[in-house]
Amino acid sequence: MSKFFKECESGLKATALALSLCVIPQAEASSGYVFVSSEKDDVVTVFNAEGMNKVTEINTSERPRAMKLSLDGSLLYVACGDDDAIDVIDVSTLKVKQSIDIGEDPDRFDISPDEKFLYASNEDDGLVTVYSLEENKKIAEIEVGEEPEGVLVSPDNRLVYVTSEVANMVHVIDIESKEIIENIVVGNRPRRMELTRDLTELWVSNEVGGTITILDTATFTQTAELKFAPKGMRAESISPVGMAMTKDGSRAYVTLGGANHVAVVDTKTHKIIDYILVGKRAWGVSLNSDETRLYVTNGKSDDLAVIDTARLKVIKSVPAGRVPHDVVVDD
Amino acid sequence: MRFIRFLLGSCILYLSVGGISFATATEIQSVQIALIEYEDDPRYKANIIDARYQAQPWGRLEEAVKLAIKESRFAAQKKGLKFDLTRHEVAALNELPSLINELEAQGTYFFLLDLPGEGVQYVASAAQHPSSLFFNLSALDNNLRSEYCHSNLLHIAPSRKMLTDAMAQYLVSKKWKEALVLYSDNEEDKRYLSSLQRSAKKFGLDIVSEKVFKLGNDPRDRYRNNISLLTAKDDYDVVFVADSKGEFAVDIPYSIVKPRPVVGAAGLVADWWHWAWDRNGAPQVNKRFLKKGKRQMTGYDWSAWMAVKVIAEGVLRQDVFDPKNFQPMLLSSEFKVDGAKGYPLTFKPWDQQLRQPIFLTSLNRVINRAPLEGFLHPVNNLDVLGNDQGEGQCKISKEIGKKK
Repeated sequence: MSKFFKECESGLKATALALSLCVIPQAEASSGYVFVSSEKDDVVTVFNAEGMNKVTEINTSERPRAMKLSLDGSLLYVACGDDDAIDVIDVSTLKVKQSIDIGEDPDRFDISPDEKFLYASNEDDGLVTVYSLEENKKIAEIEVGEEPEGVLVSPDNRLVYVTSEVANMVHVIDIESKEIIENIVVGNRPRRMELTRDLTELWVSNEVGGTITILDTATFTQTAELKFAPKGMRAESISPVGMAMTKDGSRAYVTLGGANHVAVVDTKTHKIIDYILVGKRAWGVSLNSDETRLYVTNGKSDDLAVIDTARLKVIKSVPAGRVPHDVVVDD
Repeated sequence: MRFIRFLLGSCILYLSVGGISFATATEIQSVQIALIEYEDDPRYKANIIDARYQAQPWGRLEEAVKLAIKESRFAAQKKGLKFDLTRHEVAALNELPSLINELEAQGTYFFLLDLPGEGVQYVASAAQHPSSLFFNLSALDNNLRSEYCHSNLLHIAPSRKMLTDAMAQYLVSKKWKEALVLYSDNEEDKRYLSSLQRSAKKFGLDIVSEKVFKLGNDPRDRYRNNISLLTAKDDYDVVFVADSKGEFAVDIPYSIVKPRPVVGAAGLVADWWHWAWDRNGAPQVNKRFLKKGKRQMTGYDWSAWMAVKVIAEGVLRQDVFDPKNFQPMLLSSEFKVDGAKGYPLTFKPWDQQLRQPIFLTSLNRVINRAPLEGFLHPVNNLDVLGNDQGEGQCKISKEIGKKK
């Protein structure tokens, strides 16, 4: 608990809104599940976090990919690209209770800290769709570069960051005006983004560039670039996609896609601490609540790797449907 | 000389998208991209286009260029530029040098060449401006990457050798090592055959027999035009049809005497793009192209699209647009582009060929992607396809070094 309060304290310094972020998720008991979306099966597979036994498969709309839990953990949102929908799964019943019409081919999405709005990237159209979760309707479409992917709402609810895989940029959208206020050039085929805990840095994974671009959130300029070299892997196979950061802000885990490894990065020094061999085409990545376990989806070996974060070793690998994409841990 | 020239007004429209406003339009610098075509290009005859032969163009490349220009609007905006396309068609290939010089005088640096190999040669040696840069979109000829290579010429389309290397890899990996080869005696197909022979040697494919085919029904020529007679005698695992046009090859599958696969220009075909590729963001590219071009995207369209993406990426990576230092930057190992078929794509500095994976394709499927697993190269696996460093007779890398 002390760690939790410490985190809230620093959050308070950064922004008042961050406080609510810290409090709400802790209010409810967690389900004890690990959720994995599999693109080709149209299901979300549910595992018991303890023991990693399969509990059930939840049928979803077509091609489920990105997932996100509501702050209280009662709802799991799943973007289903081929059905132009974001499904809402009731975690207590493990059934889809609603399917949100979000426009063509939703890829990734984020939810505002007050949970009033959902922002989704429409991969085919080069749009970001703004959806009101209170009014249950689409309220805006914002044109961005082609193949938008990563979507991240700033914790102060002021900005939405969106990557465009084609424009090789991060678009910074002002939530109030719904206009792009800045286009930041990053590496090749930018995919996902992660804010450091102190909110000063935005990390962007560049799949084809093979790097992580680190941007200063105050100036929107690049301050550093991370490169990777797992042993025995060709430079051309290194394709960073997923990222997860620890709550204390000290460490980041980066999935390297076709290089079949996860890089463990010291977020302060930007040094690579280790590389962990996982499975083929590692993309999705998530930490459990006490951060003792790291879960990684391997899209081309159809499994989920469970890593012991103390030893930095895979301790278990479980089948997870055809082309497992994203993983959400709620233990 | 028939001369078509028009500016795409639509490019100007794109500048106002995304909610970004610009101070004045006059501050925006125009970067001209010229698409150069040959009016009587046999590859674009109506009956050929309509036949939809595998790995052949299915229409002119303008739509692909326009698509890429649209996709590059954020890069252009960021640098205060706009890309303007002009399209030019010559009635005879020897009109090319004067056209190029005229465009150079008007301030065009970037030329997209959709020309037969002979036309590409004309153009590259005609250039008078040191910063002019030519992108070969559709000529596969190996000699353009070897004895006829040119310091201002970059190849977006793969060489024939890259395609025959990819197929040879595949056949060897399947242990279909005994190949009967059919080829025509026109010069282009003879070069195709020689490319295949070199690939066979490189990967250990055994060519059991090489037979000349001839389109036609003349009974006196039956040993050259009758598919059954051509394929009855030999013992083979696979028939390779070296037909650069596709018109003869299209009849070979299911017409040979033995129950064997047909590869080369029909059946399983090496191609550098295919609408059915469903990874690396390719479905999105295909959907965008289909919407604009009203047909599926081919390797030729991909070349046109890719050439503009190379230019746009170059623009994005320069602080200020600088045509003089553009080419050395493109050739540096740090310069990478995304072609939506996996691997970061880079240029081979020794022959200025864009490195790229090659697809092994059926009519409606990508069966595999070369380099295949297990075919390794000490430096870059993509270099197992086509000329490796030191191969071929291209001696331009030194010149480029000097230019820097």
